[in-house]
Amino acid sequence: MSVVVFVEVKNKVSKAAMEAVYYGSQLGSVTVVTYGDTSEEILKELGNYGAENILVCRSLNESNDQALTNLIGAAVEKTNAEFVVLAQDQTGKGVGPRISAKLNAGHISGAIDLPETSNGFVVKTNVYSGKAIAHVALHSAKKVISILPNSLAPQLNQKDANLEEFSPDLGTFGIKVKELKSQGDGVPLPEAELVVSAGRGLKGPENWGIVEDLADVLGATTACSRPVADIGWRPHHEHVGQTGVAIRPNLYIAAGISGAIQHLAGVNGSKVIVVINTDPEAPFFKAADYGIVGDAFEVLPRLTEAVKKFSASQN
Amino acid sequence: MKLLVCISKVPDTTSKINFVDNNTKFDENGVQYIVNPYDEWYALVRALELVEAQGGSVTTITVGTASDDPTIRKALAIGANDAVRIDADPSDPHFVAKQIAEYAKNENYDIILTGKETINYNGSQIGGMIAEMLNTPFVSLATKLDVTNNVATLERDVKGGVEVVEVITPFVLSAAKGMAEQRIPNMRGIMAARTKPLNVINPVEQEPLSSVVKFELPDAKSGCKYIEPENMDELVELLHNEAKVI
Repeated sequence: MSVVVFVEVKNKVSKAAMEAVYYGSQLGSVTVVTYGDTSEEILKELGNYGAENILVCRSLNESNDQALTNLIGAAVEKTNAEFVVLAQDQTGKGVGPRISAKLNAGHISGAIDLPETSNGFVVKTNVYSGKAIAHVALHSAKKVISILPNSLAPQLNQKDANLEEFSPDLGTFGIKVKELKSQGDGVPLPEAELVVSAGRGLKGPENWGIVEDLADVLGATTACSRPVADIGWRPHHEHVGQTGVAIRPNLYIAAGISGAIQHLAGVNGSKVIVVINTDPEAPFFKAADYGIVGDAFEVLPRLTEAVKKFSASQN
Repeated sequence: MKLLVCISKVPDTTSKINFVDNNTKFDENGVQYIVNPYDEWYALVRALELVEAQGGSVTTITVGTASDDPTIRKALAIGANDAVRIDADPSDPHFVAKQIAEYAKNENYDIILTGKETINYNGSQIGGMIAEMLNTPFVSLATKLDVTNNVATLERDVKGGVEVVEVITPFVLSAAKGMAEQRIPNMRGIMAARTKPLNVINPVEQEPLSSVVKFELPDAKSGCKYIEPENMDELVELLHNEAKVI
């Protein structure tokens, strides 16, 4: 069974790319399709997760949905693939539905597990903003699967990947990128395994130092609640929740966030939730694994010190 | 400017999520339906603002049954000129996208707007599928939209930042937070909505490519373990040895 896995690789292989390649290798023989000027050495690391062939389109440099759809389509045709696998990230949300329409292939949007094939082809996906899981069956010969980041642990599956330059005709399109306003090179929130988040309880943007200190010692990414982003204390891309980014890290630490249902919708996929709040009645404690009823201004620095001590003892 | 906004009905954000018939159907008991917030607050309102400033019309389109009509009337009350409902159960994303693409292909819309996802299926699929079926650009996760003649300038969320793109109409977009502010319909709008055209048309043939076999609820948290605020060493120990996340 032939599988085309689409990944974006810049300076290093992202976790989302590892997940997609590993997922694909569990379905069949993986041909990765990608684009840009990333070095051969970095691309070949995809072999560690099960890539057997890598097709790289050097002439394409930007993430244009139509061009990428045609690129993936050409790779499917070349390999006669039955499956297309990609990450359900910002690029994937543009490209996944397009390629599925192009191939007339059923589409799983946001797979959280490998398929169950004992009776048809059924994949689990989150619905109702994480409040439920749907088992979705695909009925078409070709299938497109977009994987929700952080849904499965990619495992090593050593293959000696063969790299080939690939330049099918991608066409021309009436869309051009004028500017990219970068948010820096940190781990993007949806891929972060550890997240430290804070809300209005922090009382002002000048107090975020204690949040960043804890994130630093943990190697975590910072996030915030909606009100904090709305009043401009923190940038919008840090806002997690129903209308912001939905995340599913291994550890989510929330300080000074009450836990409104809309916030929970964005974080309830987290494996472990730690809640720090002065109000013992805060609804977030019902969704928490560990709770600390206390003042974030005292608890966060204390937790930072405890993590430092722990890290030192591990070395 | 001729704009088409895709509208879907969803359970209110505070609805209790349960399933019936062996977990194959959403339990509608006591559930209030609303216009999907991304469709309403961002896509529809921005479309209305553009037409109010530059002239033109806003049509809404829905794939659904008569039970969708109250939410369609709500969109008309907010200000859409007219509505189309394709009379079918919206069970599969390809089926839904195909219906909208077939309707739109001869109507010369400048922009087709969808919300970035519905809050029940969270698929983020329909806009991209329509764009591919109509062979137009698709701007996903757009947070800002301005149009001058036939050129639109948009901001969109991309990996690691915000991208500013320029697109020539026609095209499809999915709207995310930031594009507009919610509008509350006034009494005049609500009265006017009663007599605005809501055209019901028959679906075209399209084999569903997917179906939901069943639903399940995620495992409930086993309860919160409380730790004294003085005792952060204990928390670190639990996160390492019990939860195994650090």
